[in-house]
Amino acid sequence: MTETQPGGTRHADGPFLMDVTALSQLLGALEAAGYQVIGPTVSDDAIILSELGSAAQLPFGWGVELAPGGYRIRQRSDTAAFGHSAGPQSWKQYLHPPREKMWSVDRSGGEFDVVPADEPAPRRAFVGVRPCDLSAIGIQDQVLGRGEHAGSRYAARRAGVFIVAVNCTEPGATCFCTSMGTGPEAGPGYDLALTELVSDTDHKFLVDIGSPAGADMLAQVPVTPAGDGTTGLARSAVAQAADQMGRSMPADALHGLMAGSYDAARWDDVAQRCLTCGNCTMACPTCFCTTVEDVSDLSGEHAERWQLWDSCFSLSFSYLPGGSIRSSDHSRYRQWLTHKLGTWHDQFGSSGCVGCGRCIVWCPVGIDLTEEVAALQAEARQAEAQQAEAQQAEAQQAEAQQAGSRTPGARAGGEQQ
Amino acid sequence: MARPKLAVWKLASCDGCQLTLLDCQDELLALAAEVDIVHFAEATKTDLPGPYDVSLVEGSVTTPDDAERVRRIREQSATLVTIGACATSGGIQALRNFADVAEFTAAVYARPDYIETLATSTAIADHVTVDFELRGCPIDKRQLLELITALLAGRKPQIPAHSVCFECKNRGNTCIMVAHGTPCLGPVTQAGCGAICPSYNRGCYGCFGPVANPNTASLIPQLARLGMSEIAIERVFSTFNVAAPGFSPDSRPARPGDA
Ligand code: SF4
Ligand code: SF4
Ligand code: SF4
Repeated sequence: MTETQPGGTRHADGPFLMDVTALSQLLGALEAAGYQVIGPTVSDDAIILSELGSAAQLPFGWGVELAPGGYRIRQRSDTAAFGHSAGPQSWKQYLHPPREKMWSVDRSGGEFDVVPADEPAPRRAFVGVRPCDLSAIGIQDQVLGRGEHAGSRYAARRAGVFIVAVNCTEPGATCFCTSMGTGPEAGPGYDLALTELVSDTDHKFLVDIGSPAGADMLAQVPVTPAGDGTTGLARSAVAQAADQMGRSMPADALHGLMAGSYDAARWDDVAQRCLTCGNCTMACPTCFCTTVEDVSDLSGEHAERWQLWDSCFSLSFSYLPGGSIRSSDHSRYRQWLTHKLGTWHDQFGSSGCVGCGRCIVWCPVGIDLTEEVAALQAEARQAEAQQAEAQQAEAQQAEAQQAGSRTPGARAGGEQQ
Repeated sequence: MARPKLAVWKLASCDGCQLTLLDCQDELLALAAEVDIVHFAEATKTDLPGPYDVSLVEGSVTTPDDAERVRRIREQSATLVTIGACATSGGIQALRNFADVAEFTAAVYARPDYIETLATSTAIADHVTVDFELRGCPIDKRQLLELITALLAGRKPQIPAHSVCFECKNRGNTCIMVAHGTPCLGPVTQAGCGAICPSYNRGCYGCFGPVANPNTASLIPQLARLGMSEIAIERVFSTFNVAAPGFSPDSRPARPGDA
């Protein structure tokens, strides 16, 4: 087997073809290798992420209808296992959990005994990671797992993860990964990437290898080299998906637009609708903000420090002595959007948005960031046009004045008329 | 060092919040080891005079007598904590605030002239300074223990003021408003219960009262779109926190269309 390509592009070997029974074998091989296998499954009328006991728990034949503030699962006409879009949760549930203990401390006599909470993280295999979510994991790696955070609890959990990505062939109504450059084909970072090929008579997966670990795992599963015909079919299904996004975003204009929109009137408009409930940030696969909570027991002999998800939408998040510095709904929505799409570039060298559409779907009142961006852009253009007009008028006026002062006769002539 | 003296008081209420303290079965002994419970009619005949280090006050002020009593409790208490929707917003009995109490007494009592009551049911904080409020109908056992523990340790209690949605996400719940179309007050309701109702596929009905600046004007039209009738919307806000700013009839848009 050859080396992983730098940047994790497709492995020289392959692609391979694997049928649906071999998918069960792949999951079995992962389990046998000591991985806790996590993947999509149907629960409570949604496709959630959960530990899978077997491949039979995958959502075969289930799809989703997505809309702002609305999510419904639906029976598909085929038996696809991965024919659905982003669900209510993301992989950050596992890599950056909502609650985690940082350390605890016990008092014995006059001494304190501090115990760091370094529980060994289970080695996990993520099965069915969509391209947008693979990018999101990459973004959280950058924020929570590199540089000064290389030794973090996040980094420890992340290190052992095996990723089986799935390329998208059927984007949802709220998807816009094409705009953000994160899909519909899985980018770097996977161990194996599947493209599902399902018809009335056949259910197969094209498999690309992205790492030596992926190659080793696939060696335990019956696969055949994929022919050019099937490979072409799979590649074009993914390529076609790029044109079927339900939403779009002017990705390259966003950094400047956010920087210039501080005083936009649109923030007041969205603040009328926003509940500041925080659902968008918690559903977002890249939002990483947390708060810290100290608790002690009744005896006062034992205390613990916990890290919990927080959100720029909560008032306490920006609480400083004297009050919250972002007390208006307007300022909190603005903080979220301008960080996500603008200052994230300055801070982490990329956009904070991967175009998964979760914040649109899981907003109880259906606030759609692509719509907000379009409105901010229209407002900026209008302001620009007005400014240009004003400048032009000013220039004309100045020119006329200049012309007037150069030919004194003209004014006199004007007065005579 | 003398152990702190804890007193539990009751005004107009159903006793449910006090019962939450008795409900702390496993922790009750540990608590009794840390404090002297000197007044708690629901649990003990002990009734020692003040001053008290901590007073927990359940219930709302509905009579001139209540108003006087709560002033005396305040005078005797170093720290006064109100517990439950009655004490923090007037409770379900604050429905009277939006009707004629004389009509009620006439309808209910054979001799309404025996009844001495105020026209309104009000929160304790409307009468005296309150050091901390615990929301809920009834309050949450974990929050009560956390508050008492924090007071004993002299640290900040971890009682977050964010929405119920935070607790839903914390538990990994799928949002039932979005995935099932079930109307839910979670986005405008303060956390504390642990998102019990949404966890059992039932919409939050707001028993922990409004978050700061609840945007009911935006949520109400969405509740209507999900099929809640005008009267159902009226009712869901007219329960244990009917008088709380944000939920009360005079502080939210009356009809979905008015938003
Ligand atoms: S945008 Fe939607 S999900 Fe986000 S805080 Fe506002 S109402 Fe909640
Ligand atoms: S901002 Fe919205 S669309 Fe973008 S990554 Fe987050 S949840 Fe997905
Ligand atoms: S079910 Fe209710 S409380 Fe839970 S996230 Fe949805 S709207 Fe919020």
